[in-house]
Amino acid sequence: MEAASRGSGGSGAALTGWRSLPKRQGFGSGQLADQRYPRCHQARSFLCELSGGVTWRKLAERTEASVQVSEFNVSCKGAGEKLVLSELLQPIRPKSALSSVKKELTRAKQKKAVELPLSKEEAKRVVREAAYVRTSKDVGKWQQVVLQNRRAEQLVFPLKQEIATVVPLEQMASAWKARTPLEQEIFGLLHKTQQPITDPLLTPEEAASLQAMSLEEARQRRAELQKARAVQSYYEAKARREKKIKSKKYHRVLKKSKRRKALKEFELLHKSDPEAALAKLEELEQLRMQERMSLKHQNKGKWARSRAIMAKYDLEARKAMQEQLARNKELTQKVRVELPEEEPGDAPEEDLASVTLPTIPAGASGANPWMLGKPSGPAEEPEVQESLGDIAVPGAAESKEEMEEEEVSEEEVSEEEALLQDFAQKRHMRQQRAGSPEGQGEELAVLPQRVGADETEAASELAGNSPIHPICAEEQASTGLEQPPQAQEEVLLSEQLGRVRTMEDVETLASEEHVEEQEQLAAARAEKPAAARAEKRVQQQEGGGAGDRRAKKLPAKKKKKMISLQAVLAGKSQEVQCPSLPVVMEEEEGGVDQRGVITEAFAGDDVVADFRREKRKAEEAGKPQPVNLVLPGWGEWGGTGLKPSTKKIKRFLLKPPPAPPRKDRHLPHVIISEKRNIHAAAHQVSELPFPFERHQQFEQSIRMPVGPTWNTQRAFQKLTAPRVVTRAGHIIQPISAEDVPDMTTAAGSGAKPALEIAPKRQEQPLRRPRKRAR
Amino acid sequence: VPRNYDPALHPFEVPREYTRALNATKLERVFAKPFLSSLDGHRDGVNCMAKHPKSLSTVLSGACDGEVKIWNLTRRQCIRTIQAHEGFVRGMCARFCGTSFFTVGDDKTVKQWKMESPEYGEEEEPIHTILGKTVYTGIDHHWKEAVFATCGPQVDIWDEQRTSPMCSLTWGFDSISSVKFNPIETYLLGSCASDRNIVLYDMRKSTPLKKVILNMRTNTLCWNPMEAFIFTAANEDYNLYTFDMRFLESPVTVHMDHVSAVLDVDYSPTGKEFVSASFDKSVRIFPVDKGHSREVYHTKRMQHVITVKWTSDNKYILCGSDEMNIRLWKANASEKLGVLAPREKAAMNYNQKLKEKFQYHPQIRRIAQHRHLPKSIFCQIKEQRIMREARRRKELNRRKHSKPGSIPVVSERKKHIVAVVK
Repeated sequence: MEAASRGSGGSGAALTGWRSLPKRQGFGSGQLADQRYPRCHQARSFLCELSGGVTWRKLAERTEASVQVSEFNVSCKGAGEKLVLSELLQPIRPKSALSSVKKELTRAKQKKAVELPLSKEEAKRVVREAAYVRTSKDVGKWQQVVLQNRRAEQLVFPLKQEIATVVPLEQMASAWKARTPLEQEIFGLLHKTQQPITDPLLTPEEAASLQAMSLEEARQRRAELQKARAVQSYYEAKARREKKIKSKKYHRVLKKSKRRKALKEFELLHKSDPEAALAKLEELEQLRMQERMSLKHQNKGKWARSRAIMAKYDLEARKAMQEQLARNKELTQKVRVELPEEEPGDAPEEDLASVTLPTIPAGASGANPWMLGKPSGPAEEPEVQESLGDIAVPGAAESKEEMEEEEVSEEEVSEEEALLQDFAQKRHMRQQRAGSPEGQGEELAVLPQRVGADETEAASELAGNSPIHPICAEEQASTGLEQPPQAQEEVLLSEQLGRVRTMEDVETLASEEHVEEQEQLAAARAEKPAAARAEKRVQQQEGGGAGDRRAKKLPAKKKKKMISLQAVLAGKSQEVQCPSLPVVMEEEEGGVDQRGVITEAFAGDDVVADFRREKRKAEEAGKPQPVNLVLPGWGEWGGTGLKPSTKKIKRFLLKPPPAPPRKDRHLPHVIISEKRNIHAAAHQVSELPFPFERHQQFEQSIRMPVGPTWNTQRAFQKLTAPRVVTRAGHIIQPISAEDVPDMTTAAGSGAKPALEIAPKRQEQPLRRPRKRAR
Repeated sequence: VPRNYDPALHPFEVPREYTRALNATKLERVFAKPFLSSLDGHRDGVNCMAKHPKSLSTVLSGACDGEVKIWNLTRRQCIRTIQAHEGFVRGMCARFCGTSFFTVGDDKTVKQWKMESPEYGEEEEPIHTILGKTVYTGIDHHWKEAVFATCGPQVDIWDEQRTSPMCSLTWGFDSISSVKFNPIETYLLGSCASDRNIVLYDMRKSTPLKKVILNMRTNTLCWNPMEAFIFTAANEDYNLYTFDMRFLESPVTVHMDHVSAVLDVDYSPTGKEFVSASFDKSVRIFPVDKGHSREVYHTKRMQHVITVKWTSDNKYILCGSDEMNIRLWKANASEKLGVLAPREKAAMNYNQKLKEKFQYHPQIRRIAQHRHLPKSIFCQIKEQRIMREARRRKELNRRKHSKPGSIPVVSERKKHIVAVVK
């Protein structure tokens, strides 16, 4: 029993309190119990003694369980024993021996049985379902990408731009072998001629040439180049710095030293290489010419003037003056040797001049008395002309040259006198100019021709003295006609700005022609370009024929003689009245005539009245017509000549309600027809297309133009961008995770919601792109 | 060029644009000449085709007499011919790297061939030949790994290096007509069997996932190369069904226009459209999200089109048909081939935009939608329309005359699905 209770599990300890009971009832082995409980046994024997010492029949004790239990053998073992209170205190709940078993049973019942293994089919299904859920989840991570792509305004395929790799020829060739007889033969030939077949595909010579330019060398060369560039930049910086130096003294010294150096070099060169020396000489000559053309040594500067004043009293100043003059002379002296060489070079430039000036001695340029340093009063004028022709720049150089020439002519005279003479000369010139308006006029006449060449010089020339002889000037004027056509072209272009509007304009233009010229001259001082343009315009007008022009010019000159220079100079610059072309005026005239012609031609048509009539008709037609339901003869006499009674007419003539007011009732020039045009209706959309919900939406989508006529280039490109762009010859690979940069991030967060809302969304994205397309 | 965009100077913008759109539409129709050339050389009907994954100008085709031809599209010539199988070439696919290709035939073999023609003196021989127990009806190669799948009575997944399949997937007992790898999630497979079902498989777990049973048998399916979970199935009931693999209960779109069984389908590489080949001797192009085709191609001599492919540059369509020819079409019928000047391109874009903008206007729509059809197809379309209308009317009547709610309205999408088996 004990063992059984132990074996049943951990509940044995709890049962110990009840162990005596089974034994007392005669189930267990008594000896064992007695040994265990000695006190119990003693109490029993004591009870036996108390009963009187009478030995009762020995009670058979059952020691082992048997099937037949004798009723006599039932002992009342406990009868003689003494009761102990403490024992009675113990609970005597009858506990069945089966309780533990029962408990176990219930426990076993509570436990669920391991189910039977599933059938193969069902097991597979479970696996499939799990796999499907997982897979669809995996695939669902593409949801966002797919939606994005469906909505995208533009998709460019292939998604991944591949970089074309070029396999080197050597690699390709090395893998290739000659197999066919033909190939082998060719290869044999190549071998014979020692042509390289495989890597590196270079002949020995090529290899050598490659070797020649090794990496080291290339590096070296690069370094050299870099160095050279750096040096150059330093040098440039230095030059820039030097150029910025403002000190005049510095520059003077520098120039002087340079000149000296150049001279020295030239001399050296002359000895060693005469050819180069010649070239150098030419260069020097060029420099000299430049110097000569500059105003530096003309005693015009501040310093020179102050010296001139001081020269009377100060010896040093005088010396300085002399020096200066000497320098001037030196400069202006023409080198003899160069002259014949110079001529052919200049020839093309002075072509026109030489052609137009046949009267002037041709040898003048060769033996210019001015250049020779032989001043001669009477010869002055032609020479001036010559010099004009000689030097390519006619206007600019002239005035300076004149000045110089004058100075040169007086070089012979003693220094003091020279200065004085110079001044006197100048004064004289000024007087002469004022006194002889003829020459002045000539000069003025000449001016227009020159204006084209240099507008800026014109004023200075006028202001300055110009000892040009009238005849000569006249000639110049005549030559001016044959000026290069280019200048004329320019003139023509700018001419079309002005216009003559009326007949009066032309008349005034003709009468004012001469006055204008003066005005233009005056204006030339104030606003040279404008004046020049006006002048040209005049010229152009007169440009019909050269002879004509000449004839016109002469009286103009005569008139001008009366105008004093002072008056002209004092005169304020006036706005030049725009002269105009008579041609234009004629057109205008014609226009007036045309109108007349048109009115004459359409005299019978009154369009406005017609329109009014038409509109009235349209209004009438638009009004609802009354319905006449009168039937003659019903309810009264009928027949020819009988009219239905007014009562009847009143009753059966149905008047419709008045039409709504016309839309064009306030627009006298417009007829708005509200009738549906069947021809137009064929082109119109009759019902609202699918993705649009309201007709306004649809109309708006149509209203906005996309063409380049209404949109800027950029907007046009944007509006007409195609939705899918593919490139010819490019393989489009299926999309992959690498193509989508945010795929990995989207997969984690976006997969779930995408799956949840997917059933609803599923159709939406398919529709959306279409909507966007409009 | 400076321009004045003042709207007052450019009046009547809508009518002017409308005129332009009308002209553009007309021109589009005038220039719609999609047929480019026909590649002839096969001596039996063309049964299958494969694109070269790396070269646009190379196309492979297998015929019903077991002959495989490799074509150069730029020269429009056959550059190589192989007698690959005895009986039909059932299926073929190129390896993803483009160095070799696989064919399966009626002679129960899977053969791997070199893409390059054999060197001088070399025999035309396959690299590997696997002799199977049953006839293979289709083959497809994995997009990234050296694994391919064949189908026959079951779907077998093979390692290229082994002669026995890595695993065999079965679900049901009928023969499977086509198997396709998903190009994006490359472990996914789709197959269609003759017991009217489409089954999806997962290669990782080597289990089937789900099965859809349609009204009629599906001939082929094709995965969208830009949308991982979308595939389109070409069905015997003249329709194509685009499914989202996550929601197989009903297709996303039913594409109906064919008048006979659809035999093959291929997606454009942009994933926006697909082309289908039908037994009704025509090829149609469908936008993925539209129920009807935008284009139909047919010629007098073209018989039942068995196989069709959209080239990887999205420009051309190839179809192989019963009468032994492969035809090359433009994917966009009126497209000008060759290099376009920038001004031409701008004009083209503008015209496209205008056509799109005014597409609802009846005249423009009428012109844009006009297509010529052979009489047989035209009549069949008419006939089927009448039949459909009759069926609809009958259903309406039945609904009208029975207890409300007793005859439910079944949407077109759901109509064709018999069941979804988990």
